[in-house]
Parts: sequence; C-alpha cells; structure tokens
Amino acid sequence: MIDYLRRLLNLCRNEFLVVLKDPANRVILLVPVILQTLLFGYGATFDLNDVPYAVLDQSRGEQSQRLLARLDGTGVFHRVATLQSSGQIAEAIVSGDALLVLHFAPDFDSRLGGQGGAPLQVVLDGRNSTTAGSAAGQVRAVVAAFNATLPGAGTAAISLESRAWFNPNLETRWNIVPGLIASLSMIQVMMLAALSVAREREQGTFDQLLVTPVSPSQIMIGKALPAIAIGLLQSSVVLLIARSWFGIPMAGSVATLATGLLLFTMAVVGIGLSISALSANMQQAMLYTFVLLVPLVLLSGLATPVRNMPEAFQIATYANPLRFAIDIARRVYLEGATLSEVWRDFIPFLCVAAITLPLAAWLFRHRLV
Amino acid sequence: MSGVSRTIALVRKEFRQLLRDRSNLLIGIVLPIALILIFGFGLSLDVRDVRLVVALEDASPQAHDVVAALDGSTYLRTTVVRSYAEAYRTMQAHEADALVYLPGDFARRMAAGDARVQLLLQGGDPTRAAGIGSYVEGALAIAAAKRQDRVGAASHAVAGGGVAVVDRMWFNAANTSTWYLVPGLIVLVMTLVGTFLTALVMAREWERGTLEALFVTPVRPTEVLLAKIVPYFLVGLAGLGMCLLAARLLFSVPMQGSLAVLLAISMLYMIVSLGIGLLISALTRNQFLASQIAILASFLPAVMLSGFIFDLGNVPTAVSVIGHLLPATYFMEVVKTLFLAGTYWPLVLRNGAILALYAVALLALARAATRKRLD
Repeated sequence: MIDYLRRLLNLCRNEFLVVLKDPANRVILLVPVILQTLLFGYGATFDLNDVPYAVLDQSRGEQSQRLLARLDGTGVFHRVATLQSSGQIAEAIVSGDALLVLHFAPDFDSRLGGQGGAPLQVVLDGRNSTTAGSAAGQVRAVVAAFNATLPGAGTAAISLESRAWFNPNLETRWNIVPGLIASLSMIQVMMLAALSVAREREQGTFDQLLVTPVSPSQIMIGKALPAIAIGLLQSSVVLLIARSWFGIPMAGSVATLATGLLLFTMAVVGIGLSISALSANMQQAMLYTFVLLVPLVLLSGLATPVRNMPEAFQIATYANPLRFAIDIARRVYLEGATLSEVWRDFIPFLCVAAITLPLAAWLFRHRLV
Repeated sequence: MSGVSRTIALVRKEFRQLLRDRSNLLIGIVLPIALILIFGFGLSLDVRDVRLVVALEDASPQAHDVVAALDGSTYLRTTVVRSYAEAYRTMQAHEADALVYLPGDFARRMAAGDARVQLLLQGGDPTRAAGIGSYVEGALAIAAAKRQDRVGAASHAVAGGGVAVVDRMWFNAANTSTWYLVPGLIVLVMTLVGTFLTALVMAREWERGTLEALFVTPVRPTEVLLAKIVPYFLVGLAGLGMCLLAARLLFSVPMQGSLAVLLAISMLYMIVSLGIGLLISALTRNQFLASQIAILASFLPAVMLSGFIFDLGNVPTAVSVIGHLLPATYFMEVVKTLFLAGTYWPLVLRNGAILALYAVALLALARAATRKRLD
C-alpha cells in the first residue's frame, strides 16, 4: 500500500516536472487564462450601447426634431450623418457608418395625430441581425415613450414592468464570465492530458514506463492528478477575476461550485487521456483533441443558448460535459443554486469519467499500433 | 537542380506527408464539415420557442385580450395558470423563461388608465431575456390597440395617431442569425487550416529536427517555406469551397457580391493565416506551445473578437482596438458584406490593402525567423 502510494507520488511529481519545468509552459498555462477572461469579459457582449444612425428628414418639421432629441437623449444613439435624399440611404448603411437610417416622410408632421398615424421608416443593417434586432427594439421603445407624450395618448396603454432575475441589468458579461470558469480550463486541461502519454510515446519513454512495476491504473492516476490540479487552479483564477475584477456578485457557495468543477475536470482529463492513449504521437493527440474541443465548446451554451438548438443537437449535448459545467457555474454563481438543485448535472460527469478513465488505463497496454 | 524543380519536388513531398497522416485530414476536411453542420443547424441567436407562463388572476375580457395577444405571438409558447404562486413555482423550477402576471384588479385599473402588467424574466441568459421583453411588449401593444378599436372610432383617431415604426431589415430578409453565422464560418475554417494546422505541423518539424535536416541540403529556406505553404493553401481553399457550397445549397444564404472578389480576398487571407502559423512555429519550435499560441492568438479571437458572433460596435474601445489588430476582423467584414450586401468597393479595397500588408509583413517575419541555424 505504502509502495503503491509512493510510486503514485513519484509519477505525479514527474508529470508536474514535465509540464512545469519549462518557463514558457508555466506562462502559457496562466497568462492566457487571465487575458482571455478579461478580453471576453469585456468583448463578448450583446449589450447594445452605441448605435450610430443617420437621418433623412424630409418633413423638416418640429415633431421629427422632438423625436430625434429623445433618441439622442438615450445616450445610446448618436447621429453620424444627415442625409439629403433617399439615394444616400444605401451608402450610409452599406459602408457600415450607420447601423440604421431613420426616414421621416415629407408628410410626417401632418399625418401625426391623424388616422393611422405617421409612419417612421427605419432601415436596419441586417449583416448582424441580432444587433439590428435589438437596435430596432430600442427605437420602438423610444417611439413608444414619445407617443405617450402626444395629446390624447395614454388612456388605454398598458405599462409593462419588467424585472429580470439574477441579472437585473441584463448584462451579457454576467452570463459569459461564469461560463468561462469551466470553458477556459477545459481547453488547456484536455490538451495537457492528451499530450501526457503521447509525449512519452513519441519520445519512447512510455514503453520503459510499462516495463516497470507500476500498474496501468497507477500511470493513469499519476497522469490525471496533475492535470486536474492545473485545471482547478485555472478555474480558481477565472473565478477570482469574475468576483474581484468584474465584481459580479456570487450568490452560491464556492464549495458547491468546486465539487462540480472537480468532477467536471475529472471527466475532461479522462477524455484527454483516452485520446492520448489512442494517438501515436503528439501531433495526432493535439489534432484529435482539437477536433473534439471545437464542437464541445460550440455546443455548450457558452455563446449561444442550448435551448435555441434543434432537438437532435440538444439531445447530443447530454454527452457534452461542458454543457453541464457551464450550467452549474452559472446557476451556482448567479442564482445561488445549492447542491440539491444541481446534483443532477453531476451525472454526466460521473458517466464520462467512469468510462474514459478506465478506458485510458486499459488502452495504455492494449493499443494496437 | 534549379530552384523551380527543387521547389516542385519539395511540394510533392509535403503533399505526401500531409496525406499520409489521417489526423491532418481531420482538421482539413472533417472539422470544416462538422463546423458547417453545427453553425448552420445547431447554433442560433434568434429567440424563439419561448416558454411563457401567464398568471391570470383576472377573469375580465380585457385580461383575456392580453392573453390572446400573447398566445398569438409565434415566438411565445404560452401556458396559463390561475395563480401567481403556481406560476412562480414554474419559474423557480426553470420550466418557464418568463412570467407575465395579470393581477385581479387589472380590468379596473385599465379602465382608470393605469393598467400594469408585471413581467419576470430569467436573467441568466440576458440576450434571450431582452428578446422576450420586446416580444411581450409588442403583444401588449397589439392588445391595447384592439381594445381601442372596440371602444370606438372617436378615440381611435387620437390614440392611433402616434408614430408607427415601420422597420426594414436590409441584407437579412429572413432575419435569421444563420445568414451571418455561415459566411463567418469561412473565416473560421481558413484560420483553422492556415494557422492552427500549419503551426502544429511546422512546430513538429522544428521539434524533431527534420527541418534542420532539410537545411543541410542545398534548398533555400524560402523554398522550404514555399513548399510548406502550398499544400495547406490548397487544403484551405478546399474548406472555402465546402463552405460556399453549403451556404448556397444547404442554407440558401444569398450571395449578393461577386464570387471572384470573394475568392481573391479569401486567398489573400489564407496567405495571412499561413504567415501567422509559420511565424508561431518558427518562434516556439515546440508543439505544445505552438498549439496553445495558435489557439489563443488565432482561433479563439476569430470566434470571439472578429465581429463573428459579438458585434465589435458594442465593445469597449480597448477591446475594439485589439479586435481591429486581428486580420480576421477585416476579412470577416468583407465576407459578410460580399454575401449579404454586395460588392462594396471602398470596403473591399481598404480591407484588401490591409490584408495584403499583413501578408507581406508576416511572410517576411516568418522568413526571418526561419534562418538556417542550429541551436
């Protein structure tokens, strides 16, 4: 027993040394995680806070000016061009100078208050339909507020009081950054695990390892533990940035989150080691890992919601540990979900780990080269 | 042996090497197909199929008008329950995305001109929440307008006389995110092949010393680089071809601009992407480092910071500056415009010039980093 543990300890130490002895490796395992958290925390946003627009005002009236003043008053809209003819609309939109063009027809003022109202034409740049859609929504909100100030309005209007749970200002960052706690570490940890055996195969030291008294399960645990430790360290760094740099309030308990992440990282390392055991060299290991990582990240719900996917894709995501890790991270972090509420998400981790870790150990000896 | 025939011989060798390891074809062929399917069918930013629970505590026709209007929205799947407490439980169990509360005094307050509807949203997904908010707002406006109609023509003239927003979405008549995600895919696929695959393969040669073995022969470093570039350039173009076919046949994304311009600018971007890959490998000379840097410096930013999914217009200045340092951003802009808007020459020429500058600078740097040296 003591012997077993001593061998395991040596294997772990060796694995840590291989990964960390190169200063460039130490940098690559820490700095990118920090940089990406900051970059994506600031950059990955669907929040619309700057809408450049152009105006074609053929009415030249008082009402259109009042409406425009309201628009400018939001702080979100700013006018980049004042057009003279409808022929200029295309140029303003295609060049990307303006996200939208507001077109007031000559009879705008006179139709206001009349039957059917005054149409305000809004031309939107649909090259990014998500941005265009939310810009149109904001224009409509400003126009609704403007309409309420018109004489005779407001008698039967229904006012909507919206309240969003867990994210009162509906900031994208609050959604993305907790998701990064799981995603960023997965990318590097799976790669590390995948390289661990493949590196030794390529250098010919793996065969030497196999003829020593250590058992395949010891090798597996010896390779898995350092990778898990590095993954959890990376997750902690992201968590720290989320809380202290971005100041996103954490509602749940760190212990619950950590439990989930530990099981998740085990599943990730299991996948990585299985790939490693299957690959003949480092290049293959990296390519296999990458080909697997891309769909896992894309279909995880990090940037686009899982609920928007077609049924078949949603079912396929049950095999994706990252989907559940992101779910746990968001619910525990933002919503304060407890262990009893998220434990079901642990099942996929346990299944993946229970299959891949023993498989990797078995493959160490049984791989057909 | 002349330079040309030497280069041809080298290119042939590289091709054989590329084709021999099937894992290379995974990145070159299988991954692009997977990406096309995932982006075309799997990912969507459109808010549809919203599970809305309505807590209806008022039996008045006015309240029923609101429910009918919500029910009429094609985006909302409405379930009506009789009490707020019940609806609240549905929200807590994450079985609903939003809750609309019509309190018992709704009709009375509506008559008094002070009708309020409470909307609760799951803020965990803010994009979706904001979309749902505007759908509900729209449905309520319809309900209010119907009520007006019934009250009579007199008041109709007044309240119907406000500004009516008529919006027209240019370049994306279907109003679907697929139309901008699929063209963006071209950028992704070419970045993968050009930067990631090339960096990996070259770093392996550096690490194993096989490049040095080449250098002791009379071939010049430029010829070695050229021979390395050609096969990956062609693999990248194959990926481009698949994306174009898929965009056209599978997703019917319209192609407004000129195909020739798209091909030309894509080839230019392929050279830029290869240049980054060569530079990373020559500087790191280590497979693990090269793969990590290639992912971090090219793939992830190409997804997150090029304006692919997230609009660069919305981000803070510092991030926007970083985004605009990436060649992928300029390529992305042109690709989207060519697909959805048409051939807009000022943009094509400006971004083409920027990409050409990147290509020259990166290849020169890669060449400088690939000196014949033994260390």
